[in-house]
Amino acid sequence: MWEYTDKVKEHFLNPHNVGEIENPDGVAEVGSLACGDALKLTFKLDENKRIKDAKFKTFGCASAIASSSALTEIIKGMTVDEALKVSNQDIAQYLGGLPDEKMHCSVMGKQALEKAVENYRGAPALETGAKIICECFGVTDKEIERAIRENNLSTVEDVTNYTKAGGGCGSCQDAIAQIIERVKAEPKTESKPKLTNIQKIRLIEETIEREIRPSLKQDGGDIEIIDIIGNRVIVATRGACATCKASDITLKNFVEHRLKELVSPDIMVEEAAK
Amino acid sequence: MKTIYLDNNATTQVARDVLDVMLPYFRDLYGNPSSMHTFGGQVGQKIRVAREQVASLLGALPEEIVFTSCGTESDNAAIRSALTTRPDKKHIVISRVEHPAVRTLCSHLGMQGYKITELPVDKNGILDLENLEKSLTPDTAIVSLMWGNNETGVIFPVEEAARLAHEKGILFHTDAVQATGKIPINMKHNLIDMLSISGHKLHAPKGIGVLYIRRGTKFSPFLIGGHQEKERRGGTENTPSIIGLGKACEMAAQNMEKENTEVRRLRDKLEKELLQKIPQSRVNGDIVNRLPNTTNISFEYVEGEAILLLMNELGICASSGSACTSGSLQPSHVLRAMGVPFTMAHGSIRFSLSVNNTEEEVDFVIEKMPAIIERLRGMSPFWKEAGQACGEQ
Repeated sequence: MWEYTDKVKEHFLNPHNVGEIENPDGVAEVGSLACGDALKLTFKLDENKRIKDAKFKTFGCASAIASSSALTEIIKGMTVDEALKVSNQDIAQYLGGLPDEKMHCSVMGKQALEKAVENYRGAPALETGAKIICECFGVTDKEIERAIRENNLSTVEDVTNYTKAGGGCGSCQDAIAQIIERVKAEPKTESKPKLTNIQKIRLIEETIEREIRPSLKQDGGDIEIIDIIGNRVIVATRGACATCKASDITLKNFVEHRLKELVSPDIMVEEAAK
Repeated sequence: MKTIYLDNNATTQVARDVLDVMLPYFRDLYGNPSSMHTFGGQVGQKIRVAREQVASLLGALPEEIVFTSCGTESDNAAIRSALTTRPDKKHIVISRVEHPAVRTLCSHLGMQGYKITELPVDKNGILDLENLEKSLTPDTAIVSLMWGNNETGVIFPVEEAARLAHEKGILFHTDAVQATGKIPINMKHNLIDMLSISGHKLHAPKGIGVLYIRRGTKFSPFLIGGHQEKERRGGTENTPSIIGLGKACEMAAQNMEKENTEVRRLRDKLEKELLQKIPQSRVNGDIVNRLPNTTNISFEYVEGEAILLLMNELGICASSGSACTSGSLQPSHVLRAMGVPFTMAHGSIRFSLSVNNTEEEVDFVIEKMPAIIERLRGMSPFWKEAGQACGEQ
């Protein structure tokens, strides 16, 4: 039996936003009956171009249904640009995590979202130049590459868990291994040039100020940078955070996650000894 | 919440009478049956009785019964023994729907240089004996075919298959884990060389199995150690479980008729009513050549894991051949071998009953299942189109 979080169970048993929106602004269908899971996503924008409503129909297991429900909840109120920044990790995190073997359910949500936005913008649905690698599940090289990059995958098994590629007849597993090799060989911070120490510290400070502190303050909390040693960011919790039992979870899942995303994937956040 | 257990092909509840005969052998009568003293020796006497009880259910001789730890061990021991005792032969014949205990073992043996033939089945899960005959070569060491399929309940003509193998001097093994206790087995009237049983499928505990080895069959042990089981299986006997299994076999013989009347009637009622009440559902596997307790039904356009979890909310236990329940990405190898379309296989549910199930339980499931399927179909992007295409809903 799978160990689903209470949040997954809740969204499976009482899914939010089931259905189809009539005359949607964006619509997408991903997956197929043969694959064992499929998702149809529709959304509608309000006058400010924010997602007013999003609905889904899903064929699949409990985690596929819960991921779809989570996705529609997450993107409501966002602009399409904001929605495009939602990653499969965000969907999984919203649900308190998914079993490794079920991560492909969150990836399916991400794919549906992208296709629905493409549909809204009138852009081509298929990534140009993409080549099907896994014939059994129709997974392209681009999709595999992206799953490797975004989730830092290192084995064929990981790729199968996240994209399904290689989970059928298995004949594409060598090709997947080659893609992993290729992606791993890519310079990691291609788009982000290597930072000097001073630049990195400044960027960490700026990111905390701009991206992190405001939302902590909303909940009456705060953090303060105590030290930065290499990639270790040592912080002290203040205000409500200092007495909050879940503050270490906030540090890992929110503060560290944002810093990894915006500064460097190697950042680690630690709480200073009290 | 009451548990309604319709997953008896996965495991069964230990019968009260079985537990009762076992209990003294955990603390009071803990002696080693191999010991010289009476304290241990009296346990050895009880094992002899259990061996006779198992033999009696199978129409076998007590000396043909070897106690093992489970069905998987029995399957492994049988196939490996055939290869060891016939070292010049490198070919094994199985079917595409065998239990993983046989199938995975054979794929390992395949990597070690043995040639494996996996016989196909037709859309009803039936084996073609002509195919079997054609597959047999002078290099074939053993044929291993299951008696009753765990997923669909489909029964293979193993006695006929054993005869074909014997005509060519080939050993024949059958995994009778699901068939034992549900259909009559009489080893006096067939040529099967080895047969595997698992205790926990017939109301004995988990962790006990049997390998039947026909008298005169050369055997090379899988577990090598002490002289137990006439040096055919080393290791101190699992005395409480052996004694429990003996009792369970005695009870299985008594319950055989009930399995084929009462259990069959409840299974048939469940199947008939579900097919009637739920559109676009169908049975997987031959409905005639089938164990009396099993039905495997596919509900199109919904996924098995989701069905099981909604059933779980009501305390109903069953299994699915869907990909998602297994952790693999493809649906059950049994349903694929039968050519069941993926769209059907993903939504397959196996109900397996036992003598413990009641009419009320079956009625409850019949009452609740339509709403579960309808609820998931309401969420499925395929359902509306399919319903329209077929003129339903």
